[in-house]
Amino acid sequence: MALTLELAVQGVQMTLVLLLAPLLTGFVRKVKARLLRRQGPSLIQPYRDLLRLMRKEVVLADNASWLFRVTPYLIFAATWVAAALIPTFATGLTFSWTADLIAIVALLGSGRFFLALAGMDVGTSFGGIGSSREVMIASLAEPAMLLIVFSLALVAGATQLSTVAAFMGSPQVGLRVSLGMSLIALVMVAVAENARIPVDNPATHLELTMVHEAMVLEYSGRHLAMIEFAAFLKLLLYVSLISCVFLPWGLASVGAGPKSFVLGVVAYLGKLAVCGILLAVFETAIAKMRVFRVPDFLGAALMLALLGTLLLFVSRSL
Amino acid sequence: MISGAAVLLWGVAALLGTAVLAIAGSRGSAAGTRLIYSSTLGISAAVLLVLASRIADDPVIPSTAALPLGLPWIGAHFRLDALSTFFLVVVNFGGAMASLYGLGYGRHESAPHRVLPFFPAFLAGMNLVVLADDAFTFLLSWEFMSLASWALVMAHHREQDNARAGYIYLVMASFGTLALLLAFGLLAGPSGNYTFEAMRAAASPTPLVTAFVLALLLLGAGSKAGLVPLHVWLPLAHPAAPSHVSALMSGVMTKVAIYCFIRVIFDLVGAPAWWSGVAVLFLGGLTAVLGILYALMEKDLKRLLAYSTIENVGVIFVSLGLALAFKANAMPSAAALALTAALFHVLNHSFFKSLLFFGAGAVLTATGERDMEKLGGLIHRMPLTSFAFLVGCVAISALPPFNGFVSEWLAFQAILQSPDLPQWGLKVMVPAVGGLLALSAALAAACFVKAFGITFLGRPRSAAVELAHEVDRYSLAAMFTLAALCLLAGILPGLVIDGLSSVTLPLIGSRMPVQTAEPWLSIVPIAASRSSYNGLLVFLFIAFSASAAAYVIHRFASHELRRGPAWGCGFPDVIPSSQYTAVSFAQPIRRVFGTFVFRARETVEMAAPGETGPARLHVEMHDVIWETLYQPIARAIDFATDHLNHLQFLTIRRYLTLVFLFLIVLLLVLALWP
Repeated sequence: MALTLELAVQGVQMTLVLLLAPLLTGFVRKVKARLLRRQGPSLIQPYRDLLRLMRKEVVLADNASWLFRVTPYLIFAATWVAAALIPTFATGLTFSWTADLIAIVALLGSGRFFLALAGMDVGTSFGGIGSSREVMIASLAEPAMLLIVFSLALVAGATQLSTVAAFMGSPQVGLRVSLGMSLIALVMVAVAENARIPVDNPATHLELTMVHEAMVLEYSGRHLAMIEFAAFLKLLLYVSLISCVFLPWGLASVGAGPKSFVLGVVAYLGKLAVCGILLAVFETAIAKMRVFRVPDFLGAALMLALLGTLLLFVSRSL
Repeated sequence: MISGAAVLLWGVAALLGTAVLAIAGSRGSAAGTRLIYSSTLGISAAVLLVLASRIADDPVIPSTAALPLGLPWIGAHFRLDALSTFFLVVVNFGGAMASLYGLGYGRHESAPHRVLPFFPAFLAGMNLVVLADDAFTFLLSWEFMSLASWALVMAHHREQDNARAGYIYLVMASFGTLALLLAFGLLAGPSGNYTFEAMRAAASPTPLVTAFVLALLLLGAGSKAGLVPLHVWLPLAHPAAPSHVSALMSGVMTKVAIYCFIRVIFDLVGAPAWWSGVAVLFLGGLTAVLGILYALMEKDLKRLLAYSTIENVGVIFVSLGLALAFKANAMPSAAALALTAALFHVLNHSFFKSLLFFGAGAVLTATGERDMEKLGGLIHRMPLTSFAFLVGCVAISALPPFNGFVSEWLAFQAILQSPDLPQWGLKVMVPAVGGLLALSAALAAACFVKAFGITFLGRPRSAAVELAHEVDRYSLAAMFTLAALCLLAGILPGLVIDGLSSVTLPLIGSRMPVQTAEPWLSIVPIAASRSSYNGLLVFLFIAFSASAAAYVIHRFASHELRRGPAWGCGFPDVIPSSQYTAVSFAQPIRRVFGTFVFRARETVEMAAPGETGPARLHVEMHDVIWETLYQPIARAIDFATDHLNHLQFLTIRRYLTLVFLFLIVLLLVLALWP
């Protein structure tokens, strides 16, 4: 009985991230439009986009290989699994020990690996430019992310997200300089990983400035739907990660009753809304930077994370 | 009942017999080639069976054997313990796979009489190094292994650059052996106890001697393994050999060098000092990042793989350095975790690097090209090879659910144990090295996106690719076996970790917790609340969600599919050379890291206004290590030989004067010697 309940909670979590992901993106777009005094598309526009893409036929380049056709499903699966393993409204879910934070980061890396390959499959110059820039950004963002994981793990004594969240929710944390550094670095990495302004522009129409969009230029129809969906999920994943680690209030623990689960879901929705508004404000306030300024941006994230980790290493013995 | 070591010596004898057979036999007929490779395959498989039976009886009891060969007052000693059993598995499994691959690949060999005799000899040499139990036998086997592999590097000695590769390899190998000779000399002490047994039993050497032994080991074993800055021969020599030998050299011989390091530093020297960990960590981190940056700049597929070997050796040395630091500070469980990570990566790297070299060899057979700028689109021509190569690329990029990720994950877990270390040097060093490790993992993923993307994806860049065909069944069998093992070791890592416990137990005095008893076969290095990873479930989850997504899409979404010309934002580029190349793919990373590491400069030459000539982009890059370390040495040697050359053309009177003067100097020295 207990197992069925736990599996059900896990299932709710997997469905919840799937259902909420397009909504979050729609919400960010709406807020951005309102900040620019535009009406903006409706909140459910991303769902409509996905449905429309699924109904359209796929136009496939003549020399596209099987890899090109399999990749959308792989990316979607890897991102979905990663998103489902991050505590959203409850910690200590049945399968939460499947992968710790390092493995979740690496899972996203798997998705990106295949996306970059798909960008090169057809052999157009735009695909190549997107892939080569994407791996450049990743080669700086991933070490920064891992160093952030290190400092979280040093504070909480674990890389297991449920344990980290439980620890961060406890009163013994207090204000720590290194945690602040980690938070800033994590936000910077999240912005880069999700191809948001100022690193990349999700709404650009100028090919030469694109990174993510250039890679998926050849995709259409249901394949594009899968890739878009994966991008929505990735944004949700990072927002969940930030809120699970740095805003761990309201998280239900596994044995708690349905009341705390409902509370957890409400708290989670609140956190998503706050983070979405902050992201929209940030994106509206800042201009996109040149591609070769991105290494400086991510280098700053890397240095912040490294400093945070070093501080922790050093302060442990004091 | 003869002992395990004796059985293995019979295996070595059989390999040497095969080598003799190959010299005596016909000069490389197809049947001869088949005979040699099938016999090496059979011998390696038989040795693996013997080893498997030994692994089964836990704990492994060391078995010894002695032969009345070598120096008369020592004889030749051999010993099979847990550590050598593990490395023999790596050697012989690599040997078996290379033989299987050679059955098909060897048919295309242009100079079989230069390969066939040395291939079994090379395998025998590696087996002997791991089995040796005294310094004399060890060094003799080490030199035998080096020379056999040198002969294989020189198999195609008329090809451009191969002779230079062989020369540099020979110089570096002799230098490495010299360093090892001195290290063993220090360990043997004035009484000359050359057996490992005596070295182990001897009292712990003074810190000064330990420091010298460590430095000499880093020079000797490090040069063979490819530690920066002693790596220069490796990217020249490994690709020059035939591909199955490249696989052996990269996947297996570098591991024999790592065996040498572990055997001496962890087993023979005794208790390490904490700063030995610092030195090893520093070199390992440097090697990992520089190796993969060199690989990223490379456009020759086999050389790219060789540079990536350097990176992986760096990763292994980082874990070894952590193990040393923990061992020195009496943290046995953390040391066991770090050493397990190192050994696991040894096994993993032997799997995927062999696989990737086999793939590169298949591409070479099918197209005659190693230069990635002339390849592309091979996924259509060689679907099976490209699939196996893709698995290797994902595995080496440390991505879940494959095996490369597990060993890197264990290394990261070991790094997270390090705040408890008391020394400040290590406290500052370890997180920085952790960052380097993460950087090298991310760059490795970039490098293998490039390797696979440029070689197998896109459109063909030369006519040779259009005519390419899938390779033979033997090559495919070898590649797919390795690909399956990459996945298996990734989703069932607990089995490997438990197998390694008998290796870490005698070296560290501790082992990782039993993993196979964990629910759902997850791996839990310390405690489930701290960190755990379950490759099997990750794999199943991905398979489940990908199939679910595909099912939903195919059930409810549109099925229509139309083929058309590539969209490319409406710019049709019909010329395949307008695609991204290996060099242009690496350009963003070159701009970020290369200006510092390679002193890379880009200059654009624009045609004058009004002219229609093309603009040209020149990239200037420097191999800083070669230019600042090796060229001055080469210049100094040139200078000295130039000037000493005069000595050859003296008159007899001057020679006699020189001899007389030298005699006087010697007598003076003798007289003044305290």
